[in-house]
Amino acid sequence: MPGPALTPNVPSATVLDAHDLARTVDRIAHQIIERTAKSDVPAALVGIPTRGVPLARRLADRVRAFDGPDIPIGSLDTTLYRDDLRLRGVRPLAETIEPRGGISGRLVILVDDVLFSGRTIRAALDAIRDLGRPSAVQLAVLIDRGHRQLPIRADYVGKNLPTSVDQNVRVMLSEIDGSDAVLLTGALGPEGDSE
Amino acid sequence: MTRRDLLSAGDLSHTDAVEILDTAERLDRALAGREVKKLPPLRGRTVVNLFYEDSTRTRTSFELAAKRLSADVVNFTAKGSSVSKGESLKDTALTLEAMGADAVVIRHSYSGAAHRLAGWVHGSVINAGDGTHEHPTQALLDAFTMRRRLRGGTGDLAGLRVSVVGDVLHSRVARSNVLLLATLGADVTLVAPPTLLPVGVEEWPARTSFDLDVELPDSDVVMMLRVQRERMAASYFPSAREYARRYGLDARRMAMLRDQSIVMHPGPMNRGMEIAAEVADDPKRSTIVEQVTNGVSVRMAVLYLLLGGGDSE
Repeated sequence: MPGPALTPNVPSATVLDAHDLARTVDRIAHQIIERTAKSDVPAALVGIPTRGVPLARRLADRVRAFDGPDIPIGSLDTTLYRDDLRLRGVRPLAETIEPRGGISGRLVILVDDVLFSGRTIRAALDAIRDLGRPSAVQLAVLIDRGHRQLPIRADYVGKNLPTSVDQNVRVMLSEIDGSDAVLLTGALGPEGDSE
Repeated sequence: MTRRDLLSAGDLSHTDAVEILDTAERLDRALAGREVKKLPPLRGRTVVNLFYEDSTRTRTSFELAAKRLSADVVNFTAKGSSVSKGESLKDTALTLEAMGADAVVIRHSYSGAAHRLAGWVHGSVINAGDGTHEHPTQALLDAFTMRRRLRGGTGDLAGLRVSVVGDVLHSRVARSNVLLLATLGADVTLVAPPTLLPVGVEEWPARTSFDLDVELPDSDVVMMLRVQRERMAASYFPSAREYARRYGLDARRMAMLRDQSIVMHPGPMNRGMEIAAEVADDPKRSTIVEQVTNGVSVRMAVLYLLLGGGDSE
């Protein structure tokens, strides 16, 4: 189904609409409840800016709505830990807020919108090491689009989306973008044989 | 920020200045309450502190800032170096560059020394005070302190009323502050005896006044400047007592300030001269200790923004 074109001549397709996105978040919330119920280690949801932060907040809200535990949320800026800082030039920093009670001894669930090369997550793991020692770290992502460059995988995946490297996955969240949707742009076909 | 050097507070655009203050705020909060006060972005970079003039807080502040960003730091003081054998600034600079300095932080008693240095070396040059000319990172940390205390730590300083009091003539802090505060939208008044105002002060983006008592009730910020006796060859005022009586900030004058107004001093202080001890130590109004703490965050921001990205060449 064709979505709104973001730039002229670049086709774009809606992968998830607002309704799908809400259902996907609900499903991840259920999985978090299920997997954290077995353990007595308290969890914390830590979003990676920009869009991981509102996603973490939504997950915490939904977990509570489904009678799950009250999970504290935080945000973790990875900019200073990126391995491409020198290649891409100085970037503005985002906010790091430790979840209430800190992260040491906790199950930290990192939250991001799209899992791609895995480099952001590697940077996040390094940043976590400087903040404390969680008892375990898990990863929740809305979209896994493949093309990993590091041995990193997600524990909770909203949707596996096969893409080609030159395609662009754009997650829109109402807190930041005014509406909820996931768009795939530069798409000729979903299976990476564009050009 | 795309520039390579920080030489003058006047070179910073409104966007640059707010970016530095925002970055400092983020870095400060990222490290607050942490056990390991260390961030990795300048790993493998070398920062040289080239200090031709005595300094405690500025040198240690830059050193701490660079180390917290994981840079390697070399401290060079003129005393005990080849400078005492007659080596010129240029030769010293080229020597340091040959050793691979990515940034040189320079403090020098000659106005313009940092500008000259920037023309000779490839790395970034940060002016940490040149003669009676400029001290841009002091202005940035002062603006950061004002913004945090009186503007909730965001945006600029539009409409803030700042009185800069005392030895404006010899003060690089005053010059840098006036330039930066004007960029950030503050209304600056220089309060000093006519003998301690520089020639051409009417060109500065600031008002001037000779009467401290008139200015105090309307000031959000009172910035007291150190009377720089080491730079005074002639006498600029009759006596220290006379100066303190007319331009010193004592408890009586502090009582004229409005409730939220703050008192700043770049240090080192002449207690009893430009500022009374009970004012300097006032827990509510005095930001003197805070200024020192904030200096590290602001210098981290400057180093990160100048050096954190790719090579500028």
